[in-house]
Amino acid sequence: MKKYLFYTACAVFIAALVGAGQRFPKKYKNSLSEYGFFTGALARLQPAANVLPYDLNTPLFTDYAHKQRFMYIPEGKQAVYNDSAVLSFPVGTVLIKNFFYYQDERKPENGRRILETRLLIHEENGWTAIPYVWNDEQTDAFLEPAGETKSVTWRDSKGTKQTISNYQIPNINQCKGCHISGKSLMPIGPSARQLNGLYPYAEGTENQLVKLSQLHKLSNLPDLEKVPRLVNWQDASASLDARARAWLDINCGHCHNPKGPASTSGLLLDIHNTDPKALGIMKTPVAAGKGSGGLLYDIVPRQPDKSILIYRMQSTDPGQMMPELGRTVVHREGLELIREWIRQMPAQ
Amino acid sequence: MKKLLILLAVHLPWVAFAQKQVQKQLQNQFIMVKSGDTIHLDKGFFELEGTLWLDDKQDVVIKGKGKDATVLSFKNQTSGAEGIKITNSRNITIEGLTVLDAKGDAIKVQQTEGITFRHTKTGWSGKPKKTNGGYGFYPVNCQKVLIEHCEAVGASDAGIYVGQSKEIIVRNCKAWHNVAGIEIENSLHADVYDNEAFNNTGGILVFDLPDLVQKKGGFVRVYNNKVYENNYPNFAPKGNIVAKVPQGTGLLILATNNVEVFNNRFVNNISIGTGIISYHMTEETIKDKEYYPFPDKIHIHNNYFERPMVRATSKGRMGMMFRFKLKFGKDVPHILFDGIHDEQRTEKIQLCIRNNTNQSFADIDAANDFKNISRVLAKYNCELPALKPVTLATSR
Repeated sequence: MKKYLFYTACAVFIAALVGAGQRFPKKYKNSLSEYGFFTGALARLQPAANVLPYDLNTPLFTDYAHKQRFMYIPEGKQAVYNDSAVLSFPVGTVLIKNFFYYQDERKPENGRRILETRLLIHEENGWTAIPYVWNDEQTDAFLEPAGETKSVTWRDSKGTKQTISNYQIPNINQCKGCHISGKSLMPIGPSARQLNGLYPYAEGTENQLVKLSQLHKLSNLPDLEKVPRLVNWQDASASLDARARAWLDINCGHCHNPKGPASTSGLLLDIHNTDPKALGIMKTPVAAGKGSGGLLYDIVPRQPDKSILIYRMQSTDPGQMMPELGRTVVHREGLELIREWIRQMPAQ
Repeated sequence: MKKLLILLAVHLPWVAFAQKQVQKQLQNQFIMVKSGDTIHLDKGFFELEGTLWLDDKQDVVIKGKGKDATVLSFKNQTSGAEGIKITNSRNITIEGLTVLDAKGDAIKVQQTEGITFRHTKTGWSGKPKKTNGGYGFYPVNCQKVLIEHCEAVGASDAGIYVGQSKEIIVRNCKAWHNVAGIEIENSLHADVYDNEAFNNTGGILVFDLPDLVQKKGGFVRVYNNKVYENNYPNFAPKGNIVAKVPQGTGLLILATNNVEVFNNRFVNNISIGTGIISYHMTEETIKDKEYYPFPDKIHIHNNYFERPMVRATSKGRMGMMFRFKLKFGKDVPHILFDGIHDEQRTEKIQLCIRNNTNQSFADIDAANDFKNISRVLAKYNCELPALKPVTLATSR
């Protein structure tokens, strides 16, 4: 009986704790539908006027989730081109990223399950990132500042059943953890090099930067030959080095750059880094702890299995794996690409 | 008994669910807390599954009911690489709690001006092992760091680690069963005093490493500490610089300039009571042109040294050095200098050693394959100006 009382007391105490939740600033809408980014049934993600779909040449890996991206740029405003960082989007811009899984990747028409929509909102005093979690009925998504974990199951392109029991929808600080640059939050994806590629718009296929420019949503776009282009990491016609650096740029470079939170490690994996030591070649780790896996250097040319970079990419232990957030399983294809890149590196 | 089992069966899943709610509730509080507020953590053992992350806050206190009363356990952590993480903030205090069994580092604080840890403990349960997290207290890229009355146990790198930071005080702390008890790395203006570092592999480390954003540390004072029996076998995963620290190290100064070491008790550290070495001793190449690999302006005075008549460690590269090159036998000197000087400059490294109880010394001439080991201390009997104390006037 005493035990029972104890458990009841625990339950009451915890319920009281949970009940005491505070509210997030009301300026952010409670549900995704309230923004009016989409028309018709929300789950179809049919963009409204001024909402434009886009893709990246090489996207971030997120547990094999598919992503559908949109940008909303307010009427009469323009982003400004630059060749090295994310485009300078005007205040009022919202980047909308939807994460979903097909029931069966071989048959997309069988339907999909959208798990979350992340918004990056450009306000007067900077960007804000906020997560919305979709309901099981797929009718709407709701603001969830503390994030969520979900279980998800699908059949992959080979028909194999896949399950992720701990899919992580980030809390707003985790959003920032990746999106921080210097002291401010910034978008990661839509740079000129990432957008410089074709997109199959309803009206016809077009280069995404050209399209933005035609719609008067982008100014100062130079001739396309002068615009850098990140290769698609899966494009077998591109060089191995270009593919590997593209993969590292988007998956690691958002933290591992001179202004990112991982700059303290001295390991810089963004596309702009040209210093081989900072890229990890024969570089000793600084604060890797057990993440070193007992290995001595971040990259040992020709020897992926002696490279800490590979060790951390193939780990799923939260204390060792890289990236730290955004995945719970290994990106097997990305891992193979980086292995091959290291394997073919000239010896020191 | 049967009744109890049924009760357990009914309630355990629910308790687990409730813990998940506690996680969410706490994380929500960390997100919503306003300037000037205190987040109160109740008494109890809380199992958390993800990092508790505080970002972009000012004047916030995270307060438990005492380090033995409020325990946050991350044993079943599934996301995030830290127990508690604090970023881009100002004037944050953590006090009265324990962070246990984090998957990665226990408490990491980055880009924060004004961070205080008080009566807080970080640790990993069980025997010290290489799968424990790297750092207990881990402020990096911070300014005005105060760590007092804290305890750090079981870190596979450093229990109390301050890296690439400025204006630091570590005092009245205890560090044991870590690879490094207390480490100040690439950090400027640090006072480390009234601490106890014992049963670590190395008690206190003052390091400057290459290839980092904050290049230069220094102006570090280490005084009034009890540094004893740091003879724990090194359990750091290879690759980490501390994996090279020999078992039995009291204090090790690596490539840092302007370090004053006084009034400490270095007792029963079997390999190196106090060591002064350059980065070349790590046998790693240096490509960082802005990095200066030599220690300089090191002042070691008024300390007490004592060690039993036993051999230094025979483990690792340094153990091999003791066995095959230095051959001190059981008469190991308390103070060891690698003797590597900067060939690029004419004046020698400034190293002053004076007025220590039981002081004994060796310049091991590492640059010349240990050929001219000298145990003569006379030429180091000099004095350097006292370094200024660190003050942490808070800016608001």
